[in-house]
Amino acid sequence: MDDLISEFIAECREMLEALGGEIVAWEASPDDRARLDSIFRFVHTVKGNCGFFDFPRLEALSHAAEDALAEVRAGRRHADGPLVSAVLAIIDRIAEMIAALDAGEEFPAGDDSSLIQALQQGAEVPAAPVAATVGEAQSKAAAPRTIRLSVELLDRLMSGVSDMVLARNELARRLRETTGDVAIDGAFERLSSIIAEMRDAITRTRMQRIENLFVALPRMVRDLSAELGKQVLVDIEGGDVELDREMIEMIRDPLTHIIRNAVDHGIELPAERLKAGKREIGILSVSARQSGNQILIDIQDDGRGINGKKLVEKAISAGVIEKSDASDLSPREQLALIFEAGLSTAKEVTAISGRGVGMDVVRSNIERIGGIVEVDSGVGEGTRMTLRVPLTLTIIPALTVSVAGQSFAIPRSAIDEIVRANGESVSVEKVGGAGVATIRGRRVPEIALSDVLGLESGTPAQDRSLVVLRPAGGDVYALAVDRIHDHEELVVKPAAPAVMATGLYAGTTLADDGSPILLFDPAGIAQVGGIKLETHERGGRIAEAPVAAPLNETPVLLFRGLDGARRVLRLAIVDRIEEVPSAAIRSGAGQLRVQLGEAILPLAGVNGKLPDEKVRLFRLNDGHREIGYAFREVLDLSIVGKDVIPAASPGEISGVSLVSGEPAEIVDPHWLFANFASSAISSAEQLVCRLPADDPWMQNMLRPIVEAAGYRVVSDNEDVDADLAIVSAASKDESAAARTIRLRAEPDPASAKDESIYRYDRAALLMALKTASGGKR
Amino acid sequence: MSELLLIVVIAGERVALPAAAVESVVELDTLIPVPRAAPHVAGLSALRSRVLTVIDCMRSLELGATDCSDGIREAAVVELDGHHYALIVDLVEDVVEALSEPASVRGAMGQGWERVSKGMVETEEGPILMIDIAALVGGIERQAA
Repeated sequence: MDDLISEFIAECREMLEALGGEIVAWEASPDDRARLDSIFRFVHTVKGNCGFFDFPRLEALSHAAEDALAEVRAGRRHADGPLVSAVLAIIDRIAEMIAALDAGEEFPAGDDSSLIQALQQGAEVPAAPVAATVGEAQSKAAAPRTIRLSVELLDRLMSGVSDMVLARNELARRLRETTGDVAIDGAFERLSSIIAEMRDAITRTRMQRIENLFVALPRMVRDLSAELGKQVLVDIEGGDVELDREMIEMIRDPLTHIIRNAVDHGIELPAERLKAGKREIGILSVSARQSGNQILIDIQDDGRGINGKKLVEKAISAGVIEKSDASDLSPREQLALIFEAGLSTAKEVTAISGRGVGMDVVRSNIERIGGIVEVDSGVGEGTRMTLRVPLTLTIIPALTVSVAGQSFAIPRSAIDEIVRANGESVSVEKVGGAGVATIRGRRVPEIALSDVLGLESGTPAQDRSLVVLRPAGGDVYALAVDRIHDHEELVVKPAAPAVMATGLYAGTTLADDGSPILLFDPAGIAQVGGIKLETHERGGRIAEAPVAAPLNETPVLLFRGLDGARRVLRLAIVDRIEEVPSAAIRSGAGQLRVQLGEAILPLAGVNGKLPDEKVRLFRLNDGHREIGYAFREVLDLSIVGKDVIPAASPGEISGVSLVSGEPAEIVDPHWLFANFASSAISSAEQLVCRLPADDPWMQNMLRPIVEAAGYRVVSDNEDVDADLAIVSAASKDESAAARTIRLRAEPDPASAKDESIYRYDRAALLMALKTASGGKR
Repeated sequence: MSELLLIVVIAGERVALPAAAVESVVELDTLIPVPRAAPHVAGLSALRSRVLTVIDCMRSLELGATDCSDGIREAAVVELDGHHYALIVDLVEDVVEALSEPASVRGAMGQGWERVSKGMVETEEGPILMIDIAALVGGIERQAA
């Protein structure tokens, strides 16, 4: 019996959850039969089960609601506001009773007759305001078939699979030690891939659609706006985005809070809205989307917006900021003040949003799970809050580093870049005992990880690597580590309190060989290392604040060319800097070319003697093609103003300007690409020619000619659309290609109709190739 | 009264841990130190796919340090607030039955023992000190807090 009851309770809860959005949607369009049916089904199920379990009050309530809804279904009654409110009230009461049942308590005695009375036609109930969902909620397809599982069971599965991975790794080690038997290796490979697949699947079971979070919102907004006498339309999008189960729980409260704020403080009363020239009904849109390994949740209202100036005044009077600092704040920073503790713009404290404790709690909650809150607002136009949260709590992409022989992990999200301490344009100095690293002209505080941890590092300072970190809510600093190892996806678990008490670690994880690794908390390291983050804190918190560089100032890279001249290149076209042995630079096909891994790029900038051993070069990219540009050394990052003296004639140098106080030549990227990369056509626009793979003559003799004519050669079994196919005259098969050239082995044509070409007739062959390409273009 | 006790030796002294709280007895080989952690945290170790926080009981009791340099150490694995700990002990002896409720020890114990004591229990092998695992794991700091 107990089992049956708990099954009944679980079923009811699930239906109640799903119903939250349905009811409000039904209110908006009372004629929607599908919604009416699902609500009817709920009360009907409750009624049926109650009779069986002997819960008379539940039965009476659900019975009354069922009767009223049956009338509507039969078309004898119209679903008006009072009826909806009455049905809602009954469903609420049912939910309360079920919650009490679930907790094993006696539901306090009370009278339900007033609720049942309210269902009667013509009952006196104040009209309820309209709140409705539009968008996805209405077109929601039937939910996929599901079963209920306890999270505990899933966690057990998860740890079982983790154990399996470790056992596999152990087995792999043993297998490597013994002699390699191909059959065993094959079987092991198969086992490995199955385990990997299984780990993926289990990881996915932890994911949940964010819909579960959104489904309660329409109802909440409806009740809230009713209470406040406002009219709000909720627009929900992106409910199918998946998020870690735990993460959904973590953002539930912050999201609720933001929405309450938006309805309470953001959206105005209908009369005010009309006065401001807006529609009476306010729009609150909530959307979720995935961007990389982050989930972005936008909450946007079209209400009165946040007044940044008022916020600043408030902040000054509350002592949050100094008056002298206030004038330096950018509009974004002004708005970000909303997240400071003890600040609320509402004049009166309301029951809904409470007093100024709120947004600071929202921010700290989101930051605790590695997320960011941003705010954007225009007075009179509305407010947009964006929550950026990582996809999952448990699997974190991390960089493993080591110091004094011990490995640690650093969350990758906090890493800005990694440089060598002895690399070019990097220097590390000591200023009054404190480390200062200068990286391409930018000074950042530097600390050695070995000092923070109190370990003896055997690596001399100049051989270390600097990891430039930007902790959540802080400014950058450089952390010197002995060695950088690898990027890994780590399953992170919370560490014991005694370990967390150090403030340095965010958790523990297991490496592939099964040994534990500590994951650092970048903000904690900064704190323990004594780095002051406060000074730039406010600015640093604003993620991706676009640095609005004036349009006439272009960021450039100042460098010294091989001939010793000071030159600048626009930073945007420099992909990266490479160092190659001078042997990788060769003259080929009338041009200097450099080999970079698999690619061969045209090389520019060689206007002086090439260095003997290593050549440094910029990899330039115009979006389609790449070229290399050799140089001697990078001097600085700088800005070129508008005072450019243009060159007399077009060439590699487009002009001269003052950069960092001295004249420098400005390299013209357009000229570079026009002159160096014109022949290096990228594969996207290349014509494709199909050659039979099994014909040695075609492959050995013909292929070079075809390639020289600008074609990309594919074999006849590759599944590519070919612009041209070359086959021998004897071949019967009609290749799927726009054009076909037939080649014959004999000088004379077999007949007058024969349009094939003698295979050593170079002129005719080239002409045919050219015609084919001309026909295409 | 039939609570089972696990008799272990810490710092040369035979003491009892409530057997129900001990998940298993393991031999630790690798130990990953946790820099900057409290001194009684000897490091981390892995038991299957779980991370164990290894507690040096001698340090927790302020009775010196266990010499972990010689490799394999015996440890009792316990769970506390969802975290797993391995308590390094000199030796794990036996499981015995408690014959009485813990009674307070009226004689003067060492300060460290005083802190982790849950009282004295009678067993067939005579009276033995019962250890409060949470206090042992908490170490010196928690006492101060």
